[in-house]
Formats: sequence, structure tokens, C-alpha cells
Amino acid sequence: MDWQFTQETFLSLISALPLTLSLAGASIVLGAMLALALALARTSGILVLDWFARAYVFVFRGTPLLVQIFLIYYGLSQFPAVRHSIFWPVLRDAYWCAVMALSLNTAAYASEIIRGGLLSVPHGQVEAARACGMSRLMVFRRIVLPLAIRQALPGYGNEMISMIKATSLASIITLMEVTGVAARIISETYRAIEVFVVAGFIYLAINFLLTRLVQLVEFKLSPHLRQPENAAQAVIAGDAR
Amino acid sequence: MNLPLSAAGSLALSIKDLHKSFGPIEVLKGISLDAREGEVVSILGSSGSGKSTFLRCINMLETPDSGSLTVGGETIRMLPARNGKSKPADIAQVDRVRSRLGMVFQSFNLWTHKTIIENVIEAPVHVQKRPRKECIEEAEALLAKVGIADKRNQYPSHLSGGQQQRAAIARALAMRPDVMLFDEPTSALDPELVGEVLRVMRSLAEEGRTMLIVTHEMGFARDVSSRVIFLHKGLVEEDGSPKDVFENSRSDRFRQFIKG
Repeated sequence: MDWQFTQETFLSLISALPLTLSLAGASIVLGAMLALALALARTSGILVLDWFARAYVFVFRGTPLLVQIFLIYYGLSQFPAVRHSIFWPVLRDAYWCAVMALSLNTAAYASEIIRGGLLSVPHGQVEAARACGMSRLMVFRRIVLPLAIRQALPGYGNEMISMIKATSLASIITLMEVTGVAARIISETYRAIEVFVVAGFIYLAINFLLTRLVQLVEFKLSPHLRQPENAAQAVIAGDAR
Repeated sequence: MNLPLSAAGSLALSIKDLHKSFGPIEVLKGISLDAREGEVVSILGSSGSGKSTFLRCINMLETPDSGSLTVGGETIRMLPARNGKSKPADIAQVDRVRSRLGMVFQSFNLWTHKTIIENVIEAPVHVQKRPRKECIEEAEALLAKVGIADKRNQYPSHLSGGQQQRAAIARALAMRPDVMLFDEPTSALDPELVGEVLRVMRSLAEEGRTMLIVTHEMGFARDVSSRVIFLHKGLVEEDGSPKDVFENSRSDRFRQFIKG
């Protein structure tokens, strides 16, 4: 391995990091909002919404992300109606096509994770909130959602890691994020090992930080699942009952 | 239903001809009950007699099929629903009436992600929109009253069942309810923890709170309540002072019931 070349490659790839992070960030945020809407549709008990959400999840979870990216980027522009619509400035932009495909895709998976969280909320705690005179919206905001998020977080961490890695597919539609730049350097130098090792390391580093962050949030949100501090100290001191 | 006992107070709660079915099973077959302010009503009955359903209908956790419900002079407006039963006409009214009824559940149902003090101030701050500082002070006084002031910043999972139920009572009291509803408050507790919860309930009764208690604690019903109601197969079978009911019951079923 050429150390000099590896360093140069690292610097080139790091300069592409902001685009990778922006793709991942935008699609995780947009995807989460869509996922929440889908999960609510799925648990609403309203047949039409329920079936729409089921169909959505079936399609977007059942087809490859790469196919979805191609369809949105190359497919939509085939239709004159799309080219003449007000959405064209967005849809002709590879960046927004990638964000859209990633968001739509992650929303399908994440909606199931959130649905699991919503279903895990103990009914008794909802009843207690209703019995206090809380409106449906307030019960959702103050009791159901906080409990569902706590339950869904570990699974959601997985999905966010997947999304970081999925941004590499955006290189197929001309975006010069980390993998895109890596592919370009390889085509110029034919030195695949160094370049992909460096690229892989960068994804590893992002996901290391991300998992730490999720762990921290999880820790902050779950004091009720731990021993209270004074009891924990008592255990250490050996005088707990 | 006229009761001479503590009939001095005005009507806190008035229920007329309540019916409720689950599928083909008619659980409540027309129950009426007037509770005056300060009355402590124990509702007894074997399992399946409809006593919990009756209590849950009072704060509309179950929607009655028919009948009327008046809390502190406010009658809940009902509309006929498509299935021939009824539904509340105004959800906001139901929420308002609920906030005047304090409910204590068999399984406590404290919010697990909130500390004890947060549980107690939740409804006063967010439903009744009272100033947070005032609510915290009141909550601390309530926690002291039920004997768990030191558990203020702990989470429900760190408390024993009896402590959790006392916290749940404090949470219900924090809304300054007109009527307290207890749904088998000691049935989920270990025998040695039952006493601490009953002591709290007794002190509430002594300070003149209006209470409806679904319970299996015969001793408590006899000693503390001002009135005992025995439900059987969805109907009121006995209604009277504890002395009358326990000593001179005309109902064979009730005598059977207390014999065990």
C-alpha cells in the first residue's frame, strides 16, 4: 500500500464527506416524518389509510433502492407532464432525486419500526391519560409518542446506519459523495485497494459516531430502566437489602 | 334512591339507567346511582357482576350504550350512534368532565417515563393549565400526605406496588377532583402492601371526599364506607348503609357472597 497515495486519497474523499452527510441527514429527517405519518395511518383503524400504508411499505421495502433511484432520476423525466410541472426544478436535480429516493425508501422500513414502538405502549398508561381529561392529541404528544420513541430507538439506530451506507448508491446518478469520488479516483489510477479501504474507513467512522450518539440518547431517555443512583451506590457499597 | 346517611351534601354524581353490552353479553342492565358530596360508596360484587365496567362507564373509559351521566351538575350529552348505541356528542365535554373525576386503577398505570413528581403534576399543568410552581408545591404536599415525599424524583419502576398505588392516588388528587373513583385499588398488591393503601384511602374518606370504590376488601367496605352497593348480574341487588347491608341483607346472593 502506497502511504503517500492513501493520504491524498483520504483528503479527496474527506472533501466529499459533507455531501454524504447532507444526503443522509436530509433523507433521515424527511424519511422520519413520512415514517411517522405512515405508522399513524397504519394504526389509525381507518381502512383506506391502513391499506395505503401497507401498499406503500410493500412496494418500497420489496424493491431494490437502486431501482428506486433509477426510476426517480431517469424514469420520471421521460414524462413531459413531469418536465413541465412545477416540480421539475427539483426533479431534474440529481441531489434531490437521491434525497427523495432515500427518504421514500427509509420511510417504509422506519414506519414499521415506529409502528412497533406505538404498539408497545401499555394500554393502561393511555387510559390513565384519557382519565385525566387529556385530549387525544395531548395523549399522543405527552404519553404515547415519548414511550414509543424509547421503544423504537434501538431499531431506528440500525435504520440510520443503513441510510449512511445507502447514500453510496447516489454515486450512480452522478453525485460526487464519498463513494462517487472514490470511484472516480479508481478510474483515474486503477488502485482499488487503497481507495476502497479509505472509503470504507470513512463510513466506519461515521457509523461509529452515529452509534455512540444513539447510545447516548438512549441512555438519556431511559433513567427509568436503570437502578436509581443511590440504590446503585448502595449495591456497590454492599449494604443494599 | 334516598339515603339518610350523609344526605346533607348536594349531588356530586348522578347516574340513571346505565346499560352496557360487550357483543351479545349485557354487562350492565340498567344501573342508577346518586352519590352525594362526601359519600363513600363501596361497590361490591363477584367477578363478572359488572362493577368495574360500571366504574369505567362513569368516566367514559367505556361508552355506555344508553343512560345518563351527570357529574357536578353537568350532564354528558350523548348522541345516537350508527350501531344503535350512543356516543358522546362533544369530546371536549367528556375531557372536561373526566378532569373532575380522579381515577385510580387496579394496576396503577403510572407513566413509566416520568418521575413520581412529574406524574403528579402532568394533568394539573397540561390539562388544567395551572402554574407549574403552584402545581409542584401542591404535588409535594400530596406526596407527603400519601407518605412518599422521599420518592419525589424516582421513577415508578423503582417503587413497590403499594408506593406506586399511593403515587397514583396523589396523581388523581392533584386534579382537585369532585369525585374519586377507585377500581380495585388493592387487588394487584401483595397482602402486606394492602394496608398502606387502605390507610391512605381511609384518611381521604375521613376528610370528606366523595369516593366510589370497587373493592373486594370487605372489612374496608364495612368500616369506612357510608354506603354499600352490591351488584349482581348487571343490576343493583343491595343498596344501603354498611350496617344494613352486612347485617340485615334480604339478598340470599349477598349473604352467599360475603360467606365466600
